[in-house]
Amino acid sequence: MQTKHLSLRRRLTNYVMTGSAGLAAALVLAPLIAIFSYLVYKGIGAINWAFLTQLPKPVGEIGGGMGNGIVGSAVILFIGSLIGVPLGVGSGIYLSEIGRNKFSQVIRFTADVLNGVPSIVMGIAVYALVVLRQGHFSALSGGVALGIMMVPTIARTTEEMLLMVPHSVREAAMGLGVSQWRTTMSITLPSAASGVITGIMLAFARVAGETAPLLFTAFGNQYWNRNPDQPTAALPLQIYTYAISPFDDWHRQAWAGALVLIVLIVAAVTLVRVAASRGRMASA
Amino acid sequence: MGVAIEVQNLNAWFGKSQVLQDISMKVDANHVTAVIGPSGCGKSTYVRCLNRMHETIPDAKVHGNVQVGDIDVYGSGTAAVDVRRRIGMVFQKPNPFPTMSIYDNVAAGLKLNGYNNRRELDDIVERSLRLAALWDEVKDVLKKKSGSSLSGGQQQRLCIARALAVEPELLLMDEPASALDPISTGKIEELIFQLKERYTVVIVTHNMQQAARVADYTCFFLMGKLIEFDKTEKIFTTPSDKRTEDYITGRFG
Repeated sequence: MQTKHLSLRRRLTNYVMTGSAGLAAALVLAPLIAIFSYLVYKGIGAINWAFLTQLPKPVGEIGGGMGNGIVGSAVILFIGSLIGVPLGVGSGIYLSEIGRNKFSQVIRFTADVLNGVPSIVMGIAVYALVVLRQGHFSALSGGVALGIMMVPTIARTTEEMLLMVPHSVREAAMGLGVSQWRTTMSITLPSAASGVITGIMLAFARVAGETAPLLFTAFGNQYWNRNPDQPTAALPLQIYTYAISPFDDWHRQAWAGALVLIVLIVAAVTLVRVAASRGRMASA
Repeated sequence: MGVAIEVQNLNAWFGKSQVLQDISMKVDANHVTAVIGPSGCGKSTYVRCLNRMHETIPDAKVHGNVQVGDIDVYGSGTAAVDVRRRIGMVFQKPNPFPTMSIYDNVAAGLKLNGYNNRRELDDIVERSLRLAALWDEVKDVLKKKSGSSLSGGQQQRLCIARALAVEPELLLMDEPASALDPISTGKIEELIFQLKERYTVVIVTHNMQQAARVADYTCFFLMGKLIEFDKTEKIFTTPSDKRTEDYITGRFG
């Protein structure tokens, strides 16, 4: 009698908890699916080849596109990655492989604080440090702002992933007389590669959509621009400008721009994932 | 060719607690020496002091003299990295490099230290895998399979091949078969027997029968001290110290 009673309650608890966990997972996905569906609904109409390749047309003229915004964002993100990835991965390596001293505690704290700095403050800071010095807006300063924002995420993720590589692997290398630096670069880091890349992609995806830091750095540009040392268009900036305007045509293009932005980010992340898994050894 | 080892007054600490007290011994070249003793007696620590792996642990300290062949291991001019290049180590749990193929694993000790001659590497990899009795099992998948896709016993033989590829003067083995099944253990013991022709081997084992099977000499550690060091036969039949006798007859340990 007793055991039957216990087992029913247990089974019930099991179902309830499993159901709740499933519900929580669904609730997490729901906003993502909702937003994406709405973007497709509102934006797909205005997407065409012209939109993706042309310059914005003057106010009042229908048509035109965000071609320069797409290219400009790519340039700014590239510069940002050049800054953010080496600094982030390098810090992560230091924190994980050397990291049990006072200095590391300071670095971790600083990284966490930096992560919490509002993006507009970052924009203003880079404006003061770079734009004012240079005397003009530029894709370069935009890249600097985004790059700095990438560092904390990349550093912390790299550290965590490196710490997850079992110590026995490092010992094997040390036992062979390999220096610590070589061990880290040739053994430990490749072992953690998948996780480190995930961290980089997370940081990339986050800054790819940042608008505020670009307001005072890249500034935006209505024309094609090949010089990273000059004001450059960026997709988030274009979307912002169009979205707050009073024109219907521009609103439609803003929706389209938002959709394009998300698709490009997902495409970039997927590409990197595929390329990374191709280069990996077959196990079992 | 194997070399002789001479240890004088070796002491080691983990932080404040001393784990090795005044160890002194001489080991002959081209012989297998087993280190036995109950858990926590310091046998692994002892062996890790021979190739300066002990000091890689934070707060670890070592004092004393260790001479391996012509290397003054703790000499002021000796770099730890050089010592470890000339002394090979096989660990208790097989630890092949997970992202590397079988070939790259064996060649790792050479490639990571700058040696890159392709044809010579091919020869060395084959020779080492043959020595480790693994060649026939993996010769067709050298570059296709990763080191971690092998079975436990194969992985350990891979680690042995990796250690042998750099032609160490001394081979240290820290309970190399304790994580393996009896058949793999048997293969590895056979291996050790053959290795002593070319190398000096020091093997830590908690399995006394294993020590009796493979070792020429045996040393018994207890609570950080070296209690007895003699030919294996003598240790297991007529030990001089009562504590040794109690251990090998199973009265404790």
